[in-house]
Amino acid sequence: MTLDSLRETFFAECEDLIESLTENLELVASHEWDAETINAIFRAVHSIKGSAGAFGFTDLVDFAHHYETTLDLIRSDKLDISNDVLRLIIRCSDNLAELVEGSRVEGSPVPEATKDLTAELIQLSGGPDAAGSPEDEFVFTPVAALPIEISLEPVEGFDITLAPQPSLYLSGHDPLRLISGLDKLGALTPECIVDAVPTLDDFNFDESYLRWKLKLRGAEDEDAVRDVFQFVDGHCTLEITPVLAEPANEPHDAPVEPVAAKPEELQTVAPQPRAQPAKSSPPTQKAAQSTLRVDPERVDRLINSVGELIINHAVIDRNLKESGLVSNSEITTALDDYGTLAREIQEGVMAIRAQPVKSLFQRMGRVVREAGEATGKKVTFVTEGEATEIDKTMLERLADPLTHMLRNAVDHGIEAPARRQETGKPETGTVRLSAAHRSGHVVIEIIDDGAGLNRERLMQKAIEKGIITADAKLSEGEVYALLFAPGFSTAESVTNLSGRGVGMDVVKTAITSLGGKVGITSSPGQGSAFTISLPLTLAVLDGMIVEVGAETMVLPLSSIVETIRPAASDIQEVTPGEWVLSVRGTFVPVVNLNALMGLEQTDDDHTNRVFVLIDANDATIAVSVDAIQDQRQVVIKSLKGNYGAITGIAAATILGDGNIALIIDPEALSGLAASQRAAQSQHSLEPQF
Amino acid sequence: MTDTEIADKSKMTEFVSLRAGGQGYCVEITSIREIRRWRTVTSLPNADKSILGVMNLRGSVIPIIDLAARLGLPITELGPRSVVVVVAIGNRIIGLLVEAVSEILSIEASDIQPNPTQGRDGNDGQVVGLVSIEDEMLKILALDTIVDSEAEEAA
Repeated sequence: MTLDSLRETFFAECEDLIESLTENLELVASHEWDAETINAIFRAVHSIKGSAGAFGFTDLVDFAHHYETTLDLIRSDKLDISNDVLRLIIRCSDNLAELVEGSRVEGSPVPEATKDLTAELIQLSGGPDAAGSPEDEFVFTPVAALPIEISLEPVEGFDITLAPQPSLYLSGHDPLRLISGLDKLGALTPECIVDAVPTLDDFNFDESYLRWKLKLRGAEDEDAVRDVFQFVDGHCTLEITPVLAEPANEPHDAPVEPVAAKPEELQTVAPQPRAQPAKSSPPTQKAAQSTLRVDPERVDRLINSVGELIINHAVIDRNLKESGLVSNSEITTALDDYGTLAREIQEGVMAIRAQPVKSLFQRMGRVVREAGEATGKKVTFVTEGEATEIDKTMLERLADPLTHMLRNAVDHGIEAPARRQETGKPETGTVRLSAAHRSGHVVIEIIDDGAGLNRERLMQKAIEKGIITADAKLSEGEVYALLFAPGFSTAESVTNLSGRGVGMDVVKTAITSLGGKVGITSSPGQGSAFTISLPLTLAVLDGMIVEVGAETMVLPLSSIVETIRPAASDIQEVTPGEWVLSVRGTFVPVVNLNALMGLEQTDDDHTNRVFVLIDANDATIAVSVDAIQDQRQVVIKSLKGNYGAITGIAAATILGDGNIALIIDPEALSGLAASQRAAQSQHSLEPQF
Repeated sequence: MTDTEIADKSKMTEFVSLRAGGQGYCVEITSIREIRRWRTVTSLPNADKSILGVMNLRGSVIPIIDLAARLGLPITELGPRSVVVVVAIGNRIIGLLVEAVSEILSIEASDIQPNPTQGRDGNDGQVVGLVSIEDEMLKILALDTIVDSEAEEAA
């Protein structure tokens, strides 16, 4: 494994850890936590610190260390989770996530908040001395005042049996480190048991044969002993038996059996000041959640093959029908089963790529909190439909547009607390982020209960910027759509949060490139809703199947505004070869797809052609085709691998009959038409084929 | 493949002989993936006349090139023996339309003569070697030159 791939693994693991951290912090925030929740939070931070140390991310290690120290105080009940503490540890988790993110790129600046947060953490944990240095890995300050039960039964030490499972070694742990960790707690007499080691003939190199008997004397705190083994939970069989100074005094309370067998009894001995309903299960029973990391390339290949399987089924089906077989013959029944199976496989394979939006939404929670803090606004962030699954690539590419939109919602949508009070709203605004599957699409909504969009201001701004003319008459939807125009920003003062000039047009471009659409609704004083509608995967596209000469082509549905079969009088020639289509009084330039693609026209009469209005590069063009066949989802096949990019063509797809149809790139059409006209005017065009 | 490389090889190499534009060519068998019957292709807009279009090969979209046209010969008339030779060149899979595919030949490296016209004006190195089989001269094609010019056009 190269260092790079190790780093990749580190970041992938950090993502999981931060996800679990955020999840557990949410439980704490909603008061649904128990001791295990705090332990899980502590473990997550500790693991990040440990691995970060291995890669030399010192800023990350330092911060995680102070964070961990504070969490340890909470864990050992020396610090109550007040609202202030809760806010601090949540902010710290945000900061930790940012530090991890920053570590990906060398030389990234340390997040601004790090210093202040560190100072606050140090203050909480009682000054820098109490925090110790990051190196004091296994030395946990002994609990000052032990609970009374313990002091009544002085513990002399512990007898520990450690039997590692193979997974312990596989995950990079070393029994020696555990043993030396114990050694720091008291006088340790380790003994390695080798009975289980077989002869060389039977030796399995992947097995774990060694066990240890560890006699620890002079240690009193069982929690400290358990802490040593905290990170090998589930990777070993562990028995910890306290050895009492005066044994057999109270038979029912002093267990002679190993702890792993009867953990509940032991807990009556162990300090347990916090009465929690559900105690953690014994370590041996805790199964690690098993996930599979697979190269996405492999999954893509599988998706391709399965798509082909479906087409293959359609081809056989058609051939069988043409051969005139009776419809209920055995072969057609078998073929039906084949079709069902193929579709089942397709769904299954697609599901591999699908991931719940949960992790993305959690990251967005951070964005909203930061935006709220930066603008001094009080915002509650609500998420819905976190379990909704979408394609992993899409998930990654949604992060930026969503960040932008949520910042906007807080910065421009939600009003300042004082203003909200004036208008009789609760001081704290709400930003709602939801995801849902709706008729073959994923719909993501961002709803705020802020001031809503100000139509007059939008119009005025657009006129100022020269995006529209002063006398333009726009529908409500068109006014809101101005937000997405390049160079448009309504922020009255440019804050460092949003309104940096990149604007919402970037959002729209990002969503469109995913084959999605953005819609806006808003009512003054009530708030705004941004709706993003996305296809389920990037591998398919909603398309309109059109006939162009002898060929079949696909227009992406996401850029189609409407289709028109106009009256003869609505089509006018402006200059020779240049036509416009009148759509409710507006003239739209016509692009003849047959001419553009060098294909014969089935009918020269304009009135027999169908016009598809396409919204591309913020301009509308009317694309004329011979006929419209159908509207359906098509599987996207790249042309680039074997051929190369073709201007005007985005990709290809395979139709039900096995033939190929080209998918038009709407953004390139008007440019292509212009360059073709220029070429035409220079010299008469040669026949294309 | 350069002439020296061919000359250095003292073992047998297998070639597939084929006809394009009325002339005999051969292509190294290791670069041939399969041979398919001709079926109608989807034409590509504004492409060179030697590019017939794209075809569906088990889910991959592959371009089909008229080999004769690509070699500067008259375009291939579709006949009963016309087939598409699917070849792999680098990472790319391409179909070549030819008049017919004849046979598999085992040719000793010493029987291959370098193309004496190579490097002259108008010869861009598509034919790298010549071999005489039963009184007919077969031209050994360098497939990578066919794709390279292809890539330039596509770009």
